[in-house]
Amino acid sequence: MNLDFTVIPRMTDLLLWGVMWTVILSVLSMVLSLVLGAVFAVARLAPFRLVRWPVQAFSWIFMGTPLLLQLYVVYFGLAELGLNLNAFTAGVIALSLHFAVYNADIIRAGIQSIDTGQYQAARSLGVSHLQAMRKVVVPQALANVTPALGNMMIALLKESALVSAIGVMELTLSAQRAISQTFRPFEFYLAAAALYYVLNLVLQQALRLIERRAALTR
Amino acid sequence: MDFDLMQRVWIFFAQASLTTIMISGLAITLGLCLGFAAALASLSRLAAVRWPARAYVSIFRGTPALIQLFLLYFGGLQLGLEMTAVQAGIIGLGINIGAYMTESIRGAIIAVDRGQTEAGRCLGLSRSQTMRRIILPQAARLMVRPLGVNSVALIKGSAIVSTISVTELTYTAHRFISSTYKPFEMFILAAIFYLVIITLFMRMIDWIDARVALKE
Repeated sequence: MNLDFTVIPRMTDLLLWGVMWTVILSVLSMVLSLVLGAVFAVARLAPFRLVRWPVQAFSWIFMGTPLLLQLYVVYFGLAELGLNLNAFTAGVIALSLHFAVYNADIIRAGIQSIDTGQYQAARSLGVSHLQAMRKVVVPQALANVTPALGNMMIALLKESALVSAIGVMELTLSAQRAISQTFRPFEFYLAAAALYYVLNLVLQQALRLIERRAALTR
Repeated sequence: MDFDLMQRVWIFFAQASLTTIMISGLAITLGLCLGFAAALASLSRLAAVRWPARAYVSIFRGTPALIQLFLLYFGGLQLGLEMTAVQAGIIGLGINIGAYMTESIRGAIIAVDRGQTEAGRCLGLSRSQTMRRIILPQAARLMVRPLGVNSVALIKGSAIVSTISVTELTYTAHRFISSTYKPFEMFILAAIFYLVIITLFMRMIDWIDARVALKE
C-alpha cells in the first residue's frame, strides 16, 4: 500500500475542467436525446410504413449494439464519408442517438397510455396530426413518463465516460491526464469516481424537482 | 461496401465474439452470486448487514462502469493486485452488474405477497426457512425477466473491456477500423455478431420465463 492522496489537490484545476466538460457534454446530449426521442416516438406511431420502418430498424440496431462501438463508428465512420467531426461533436451525436432510441421507447409507451379521446378531440377541432401530437398528446405523455426518462438521464451521465475513448477531454480523460503526470491511477480514478457520484446525486435531486413539477401540472 | 474485405476478416470477429460470450457469461455468473448475497443482506433485520449491501448498490450504480474497471485494473496494479486484463474485465463487469442485479432480485423478493411470509412464520418455520422454502421459489419466477434485461445490458456493456485491450468484439472492430479505414464494414460485422448473441440470449430468457411462469 503506497497511497498518497495529497497529489489530488495539485490537480484540482484539471479535474474541475473535466467536471465542467462532462456536465456540458451530458446536458447537451440529454436535451438532444429527449427531443430526438420524442421525434422517433411520433415517427414510430406514424400512419405510414415508410416513416415507421426506417425508425424501427434504426432503433433495433442501436439497441442491439454497444455504445462504445457506436462512438467509434460516428467518429471514424463519418470521417470516411468526408465529414470530419471533432471528438466532442462525435461524442454528443453518438450519446444523443443512443439514448434517443431508448427515450423513444419510453415516450412511445407514454403516448399509447394517453386516452385516444385527447387525440380525437384535437383532430375534431381541426388540428393536424402532427400538431395534435406536438401540442396535446406528447406533453401529457412526457409528464407520465418523467421518472423513466429520468433513469435514462442518469444512465447517460455515467455512460458519458465512454467518450474519453475517442479523446474527448472530459472527467475520465482529465483523470487519465493527471495519472500520466503523477503515475497514481488509484487515487485519481477514485477521485473521478467520487466526482461522478456527486454529479449523480445532484442530477437525482434535479430530477426529483422536475418530477414534482410534472406531477403538479397534471 | 467492401464485401471482399468483410469476407477476409469475419473469422477474426467470430473468434472475438467467443471472447465476448465467455467474459459476459462469467461476469453474469459473478453478478448473480453477488446480487443474491447483497439482496438478502439488504433485507436483513440487522443494520450492520443491511448497510454494506445498500452502500455497495449505491456506489456501483452511482459511478461509471468504465471508471470502476480502470480503478480495478490500473489502480489494483498500483496496490500490488496483479491480474490479467481478462480477469480484471470479468471481475469489474461482474461487480458492476451485481449492483444492478441486487435491485432486480430485491424487487422480486419484495413483490411476493407479505401474507406468504406471515403464513410461513405462523406454521412454525424460521425466518430463513420461510425465505428459502416459501419466498425465494415464488420470487424466482418474477426475477427472470429483470435479470435478463440486466444481462443484455452487460453483454453490450462488455464492450468497455476493449479499453484495457481485451481482444473481444469491439476491440477487434476498433483494431480493424484503424488498420483498414473501413469503419462501416467493420461496424456492420461487429453489429451482426452482437445482434445474433443478444437475440439468441433473449430467446433463451423468453424460454426460461415461459417455463417458470405460473400456469393459471
